[in-house]
Amino acid sequence: MKISEFPRRILIALGLPVVLIALWWFASAGSTSFFWPPLSTIVQAFPETWTADPLLHDVLPSVARLLGGYLIALLVGVAAGTAIGRSRTLRALCEPVLEFFRAVPPPVLVPVIALFAGYTGSTSKVLTIALGCLWPILLNTVEGVRSLDEVLLDTARSYRLGRVATLWHVVLRGSSPRIAAGARQSLSIGVILMVISELFGANRGLGASIVQFQRSFAIPQMWTGIILLGLLGVVLSALFRLVENRSLAWYRGQRDAERER
Amino acid sequence: MTTTTPTLTGPAEIRPVRAAGRWRQPALGLLGCLIAVAVVEALPRLGVVDSRFLPPFSTMARSLGGQLTEGDFWTGLGQTLAGWAAGLAIAMVAGIVVGVVIGSVPLLRAVTASTIEFLRPIPSVALIPLVVLIYGSRPQSALILVVYAAFWQVLVQVLYGVADVDPVVRDTARSYRFSRWAIIRSVVWPTAMPYVVTGFRLAASVALILEVTAELIIGVPGLGKSIGVAQSSGAVPETYALVLVVGLLGVLINVCTRAVERRVLRWHTSVRGEA
Repeated sequence: MKISEFPRRILIALGLPVVLIALWWFASAGSTSFFWPPLSTIVQAFPETWTADPLLHDVLPSVARLLGGYLIALLVGVAAGTAIGRSRTLRALCEPVLEFFRAVPPPVLVPVIALFAGYTGSTSKVLTIALGCLWPILLNTVEGVRSLDEVLLDTARSYRLGRVATLWHVVLRGSSPRIAAGARQSLSIGVILMVISELFGANRGLGASIVQFQRSFAIPQMWTGIILLGLLGVVLSALFRLVENRSLAWYRGQRDAERER
Repeated sequence: MTTTTPTLTGPAEIRPVRAAGRWRQPALGLLGCLIAVAVVEALPRLGVVDSRFLPPFSTMARSLGGQLTEGDFWTGLGQTLAGWAAGLAIAMVAGIVVGVVIGSVPLLRAVTASTIEFLRPIPSVALIPLVVLIYGSRPQSALILVVYAAFWQVLVQVLYGVADVDPVVRDTARSYRFSRWAIIRSVVWPTAMPYVVTGFRLAASVALILEVTAELIIGVPGLGKSIGVAQSSGAVPETYALVLVVGLLGVLINVCTRAVERRVLRWHTSVRGEA
């Protein structure tokens, strides 16, 4: 039973992607269109374009900036969000202002940050990513901390759990599903900002190289860049899900148990 | 959020004091806004931040006032809103139709799952070079980016919604020989409705982000382009004024979509419970 299930699942998961790629391959096979080169050409161009040098000097720094900015946003967002979420007054005071900052489309930050520091170094790019990713994490943390179960907090208090222990085991644990939801939103904003920050005054980086290919009309190379960027997005979201599944396993279990009741 | 032990909270449950609490929240919110404005006003005036980089709030406000009287500003605003609305509308219709069709056929759903999971996280900005080549800085460029980004938000929510249909209700409808269309209209659609509205809310803000991004990066006419032009010509107060407008536009969109959500779902328990 189990053994015959397996190939079926593989077939279902891989069937459509294979068909679609095959369609692309054959539909574009004889293509002479400038914008849509044959897929075979793109595949050939891929290893030639992304050799060790661009991987080391374009892709790696881009990803490093993304992760740097994202981690800063995560730390600041969770810390500030917990502080704001714990205090009713502070929350009422900050909420409209935070709503405004969240509503500002993040790419608009680029010209504003460019005013302060120019836009050539890595710092400004990391700052852009961090500022863009901050708001969803911050607001979701506030919401998560706010909607904590009062009983859990009271229980922690009556067992005389220390401040740090309460914060760690009750507050952060309890709000982690919401924090994860915010962090997931932020990740896709981070990838967008990683690319956009490189379109301004940078000559190296994944986003910058894709645009350079486009400007120099190196179309198959541009396509390889687009595909690489897409793969990066897929890998990052898969990694995120892996971490989320491990750290939120208790929550999933609890929720499923409640549904069955 | 789920609360696990509802039985233990007795009459001692803490509730905000009603009489004073009613105005407290908005008053504090207003105070927060005023403090933020005062900080932005004070920082450059006290010389903490160079006023060439961050002009005092009053200067931004004056610049904004000046722009409100200019036709260019309103044209830009109109172009941004038109692009946003068109993209959002296309994404909504496409997302709902595709979502209901895929969601109602289990085989189709199983077969497409991996493809959707793969295509969804592809960042829409990856398409920027392609649309620039094909459309340049015409509004179509922005439209494609907006539709691509917003479509997935709607589609995924609709799929969740359709999967949420109670099998007993669906089987009941089927045994009463409801037609396929009648089942979609009176069983699937009401169940999926809350998810569709959530998808709408998410898609509305994503669509604004992508619209402004396309204007800023590609130069599609609209407010985003004006920001880029103002910044590169060194018109700092104008840059901030426009950023302020775009932010307020985002807040307005959030408020409106939440109002739509409450209105469309006023029959639904999640909204009725709040009242």
